[in-house]
Order: sequence, then structure tokens, then C-alpha cells
Amino acid sequence: MSVLQEAPVTEPTTDLVAVQDLYKYFPIHAGLLSRHIGDVRAVDGVDFSIAAGETLGLVGESGSGKTTVGRLLLRLLPATSGAAYFEGQNILKMTRAQVRRLRKDIQIIFQDPYASLNPRMTVGDIIAEPLHIHKLARGKDVDAKVHDLLRTVGLSAYHANRYPHEFSGGQRQRIGVARALAVSPKFIVADEPVSALDVSIQAQVVNLLQDLQDQFGLTYLFIAHDLSVVRHISDRVAVMYVGKLMELADREELYRQPLHPYTQSLLSAIPIPDPRVEGRRERIILQGDIPSPVNPPSGCRFHTRCPIAFERCITEVPEFKSYDGHYVACHAVEQLGGKQPEIRPTTKARTVPVA
Amino acid sequence: MAGITQTIPSGALLPVQGVEEYPQDRHQTWRKFSRHRLALSGAIVLLLLVFGATAAPWLSHFDPNAIDTQWSGTPLAPGAFGHWIGTDEIGRDLYTRLLFGARISLTLAVFAVVIEVVLGTLIGAVAGYYGGKIDGALMRLTDTFLSIPLLPLLLVITGIVAASSSKAALNFASIVLIIGLLSWMNVARLVRGSFLSLREKEFCEAARAIGSNDSRIVIRHLLPNAVAPIVVQATLDVGNVILLESALSYLGFGIQPPTASWGSMLANAQENITIAPWAAIYPGLCIFITVLAVNYMGDGLRDALDPNVQ
Repeated sequence: MSVLQEAPVTEPTTDLVAVQDLYKYFPIHAGLLSRHIGDVRAVDGVDFSIAAGETLGLVGESGSGKTTVGRLLLRLLPATSGAAYFEGQNILKMTRAQVRRLRKDIQIIFQDPYASLNPRMTVGDIIAEPLHIHKLARGKDVDAKVHDLLRTVGLSAYHANRYPHEFSGGQRQRIGVARALAVSPKFIVADEPVSALDVSIQAQVVNLLQDLQDQFGLTYLFIAHDLSVVRHISDRVAVMYVGKLMELADREELYRQPLHPYTQSLLSAIPIPDPRVEGRRERIILQGDIPSPVNPPSGCRFHTRCPIAFERCITEVPEFKSYDGHYVACHAVEQLGGKQPEIRPTTKARTVPVA
Repeated sequence: MAGITQTIPSGALLPVQGVEEYPQDRHQTWRKFSRHRLALSGAIVLLLLVFGATAAPWLSHFDPNAIDTQWSGTPLAPGAFGHWIGTDEIGRDLYTRLLFGARISLTLAVFAVVIEVVLGTLIGAVAGYYGGKIDGALMRLTDTFLSIPLLPLLLVITGIVAASSSKAALNFASIVLIIGLLSWMNVARLVRGSFLSLREKEFCEAARAIGSNDSRIVIRHLLPNAVAPIVVQATLDVGNVILLESALSYLGFGIQPPTASWGSMLANAQENITIAPWAAIYPGLCIFITVLAVNYMGDGLRDALDPNVQ
């Protein structure tokens, strides 16, 4: 609230998107008089930036607030405080008219392709709608553009006359992509675009997104919980836990040497598609569940589940610090001067008899 | 050579640019409706009724308000003196009065239901879409209206109108307006309920994300998805309105005599129900058939408008 007013309207930056100290609290009201009894701290102080043409992967468990970050960037939700700049303009301070224009530059692909398409509209009408709203085409041009968009995402022009329920999940997600592309956006928030799809279809949609990025020079914020998919598409990866970023680094760096204990445990959970190696894979299994964002743990949010937590983690919030561009918020890493803390694996993944 | 060119489907392997022509199935709704047999029969019955009402003077050589000279104090039986379904209690040709009564009853139903649906949808949409305090205020208003007993209020108002003016048109308009203005609550509640759930759907958020404003979201995205309960409620209310008018007529505050309406005919026939049941049966049958036809048509319409139903 107060921070929002202090944040400048513009920010000189080379990054396409820059998020600074972003907060989103959902108030909880209860009782007869709807007394304010607390907040769901969905996003609790997040900083990151995305360069033009880059893909930033944002991973985290359910309820970690990653989807909320995407919604805030499109102003689908009002932020509590902080700043989010797009091309130097603070999204959070934009007027209604500016937000309308913003939605020509920023688009979103939704998680559930079954829920994100209006069942009463034909696919052609769905894709044509942004063209009408932003007056990008008229008359016959609308059909031509819609047909081009359908072909761009790997569908056919004749699909325009059909209704969403006539399509499979993967095809529907392509329709969602076509709708997002209709306004020729610069930046796309992909909110778990493949998690609702069959595994066999996921790769197709991910590859489509990559092709489109090359073709149109798009910038992505790719939100997901599947680390393998994120690794495939991202240039840099950010790891979120209960409303805060834990680690942010280049993809190779993060997967090669995860610093934060949380990231380490996440990566140790990725199965390896080779029974010999898989058998020797060592896992760090976390105790307990993800804490409630209504009442997050003191100090480092991860201390309740961290295998190497010590006194300081309970009392002091670790700083989100850069070690040669590898950002991490962890006291243990700080004490080691940016080295990976040793964590003893809990178990071997499985003992697979090797034939 | 001609054979070869024919085997290559035109444009199948070539990258296509721009617009392609495909016959859009613009008649899909009608086709689906016409395949729904009950709905189609309902629509045909209604068309026949409308035709009968419009062409009433040519379909009968009797005057709807004239008393037969052969009348001797009791209703004439079906077949007597050319009255093929008999006469009412004062010797007016029943068949002719049914035709002319259809004019009043059908227009009354249509206008009252249109008013009710428009008003109910508007109030329900605003309440459901904006929610919060607006929703609270509008729903309390709805509850207030629901707590008003319709019939006594109708009696008072039509009584006042009848006392101040004897024009039949004014009387008719006041009945339409009062029924319409006092029966929107069910529609409003249904629409509000649908909107409350629809506005949380992802496609609604998607519409906002592509830059739609509130009115566009409501009209293009929410309303088409809430059409089913509205259609069902509207068709049910057609019957209610016709019956309400008959209740009014029974109490003497409906359509004023000598003008015929199905409701008033039914009401007037009650005194002689034991000696002349036909005078009650035929208007009752007309109301019954109309309500049934409208309900079936509404059913078909609801399915035809839903692209998910094949």
C-alpha cells in the first residue's frame, strides 16, 4: 500500500520485465461483521527481471504463489505493494486505458484448456475477439488473420467454425495460444500451459511455444511445477516457496549445482529414465507439508522442512543474495560464501533389479 | 495428365495464406431445433394458436360478444344452433370467444414474460457479476419483492386503474406491467446464481486478459452461458401469467367484460360447471396446450442454443 505509492512510475532498465519487492496479500474476513482476521500471503516480496527474448521458468509447489505472480503482471489482480515494470512502465500504477493497451503487449496462456475457452463461442470467434477489441483487423481481414493464426499454431483454417468441445486438450491449448498471439504480444505469461495435458502432448505444445518464440521474438514467463519441462524451455529458472523466491539462476547452473536445500530436494525428485542410473539416484525427502501462506514460518520459510536448518534460520529472514548472478536466499549458502551445502540423501530412490 | 491433377487435393500440401472459405453452419441452431420433435410440435402448435388469434374474424361467423337469440338462460350445448363447441353461460359462441381470447391471453403472456425476463436478467446479471455490496443490496430488494403477495397487490392496482379509466387498453397494459414488474425475482435469482459461478471460470479471466471490458464480458461471455435457466424459467412463467390472469378475472379484476380472455372464460364457467362442463373444459384445454407447447419449445430452444448438445 505505502510502498506502492513510493515506487516510481517509470524505471530506466534494459530488461523487458522487472519485478521489485512485489507483494500480494488476500485478506481473510470472518465473523458477523467481516472482521479482517489475517491474510493469505500469496506473494510475499518477490524480485526478478526478464530480458527481452528470454524465458524465465518459475517453479514451485501448489500454493507457492507462482500463478499469482503471473496474474499480477497482467493486472488481472491488484497488487498489495511493490512494483512491476514492463518496458520501464510500472504496470501496477497504470490507468484503465493503459492497462487496456498493456494487454496488447502482455498476454497469458492458461493452465486448463478445458476451462479457458468459452464453450458457447466458435474457435474463430474466440481468436477474433482480441482483434476486435484492439481494432487490429476489420471485415474480411479478421477471417484471414484468424486462419493464419490457426495455421501458425498447427491447426487448420476450417477449425474456425467449430466449438471448443470438439477438440482434444492439446488442440484446445493451441487455440489458447492462438488467442494470445492474436494481438502480437511481446511478453507471454504461460501459466502451467502443459500441466493439464497428456504427457505425450506436452512436448508438442512446449515445442510449439519454442518455435513461436523464435519466430516472433517472444519473451516468456513460464510457470510450471514440472522441473523437466522447465529445464527444456527456460533460459533462467526461479524457484518459489510459500510466496518467496528461494533461488534464481541460469538453467544450466541451477540444474548442475543447486545451492538452496529446497532446490536440491526438488531436483533429487526428478526420475531418471534409465533403470541403472535411476536405481542409484539418491533422494532428499522433505518432511511434512508446505506451510500455510496464512501463517508462514518465521525466519527462513523453509526452516520447518530444511534438513540443515540451524538457529539463525528460525529467527532471521535470509537475504536474496547474488553469487556471480546465482541468486539464493539461504543462511547456509551465505556462510559457505556461495558454495553448495552438503545434504545427506534420505534414501536411494528405489532398488531396481538390473537385468 | 488429367488423372494426375485430380489426385492431388488442391492446396493440401502447399502453405496457404490468408482467408479460406468454409461454409459456416449458420443454420446449426435451427437444424438442431427442428430435430427435436417435441419442440418442433410445440412450435407448430403455438404458430397455429397465433394464426387462430390473428385470423379470428375469418375463422368464425359469430360475433364473440353477441348473445345468441336462441339462448334461454342456460349455456347452449355443443352442436346446438351451429355453436360447435357450445356457448358460455350467457349464450356467446365459445369457439369464437376462444379465438378472440387467444389474442388477449397470448399477448398478455408474451409481454409480461418479456418484461420479467429483461428486468430479471438485468438485475441478476449486475448482482452476480459485481457481487459484494451491490449483490447484497439487489438480493435484499429481490427478497422484498418476493415477500409481496402478488395477488392482493394486483387486485388493488387493477382496481385503482379500473376505477380511474374504463379504457380496455389501459386495463390490459396495467395488468401486463404489474405482472411483469412483480415476477422478475425468480429470473434474477437464477441469473445471479449462474453469473456468480461463471465469473470465476477461467474463460472469463481470459476475456479480461485480452482486454474485454465489463459489458463485453457480461454480454458475450456470461449471458450466453446462462441462457438455459432463463429459457426454462421464462417458458414456465408463460403458463403462470395466463393462470394469474384467470385468477384475476375470477375475482373480477382481470380483463373486463365483455372482452374475452381464456382466464376470464374459465372463471365465468365455474358457476355452471355441473350443467355445462364444456364452457370450462375448452378454455382450460387451451391454457394447458399453450403451456405444454411453450415448455417443449423452451426445452428444444435450450438444447439448440447449446453447442455442447449434438
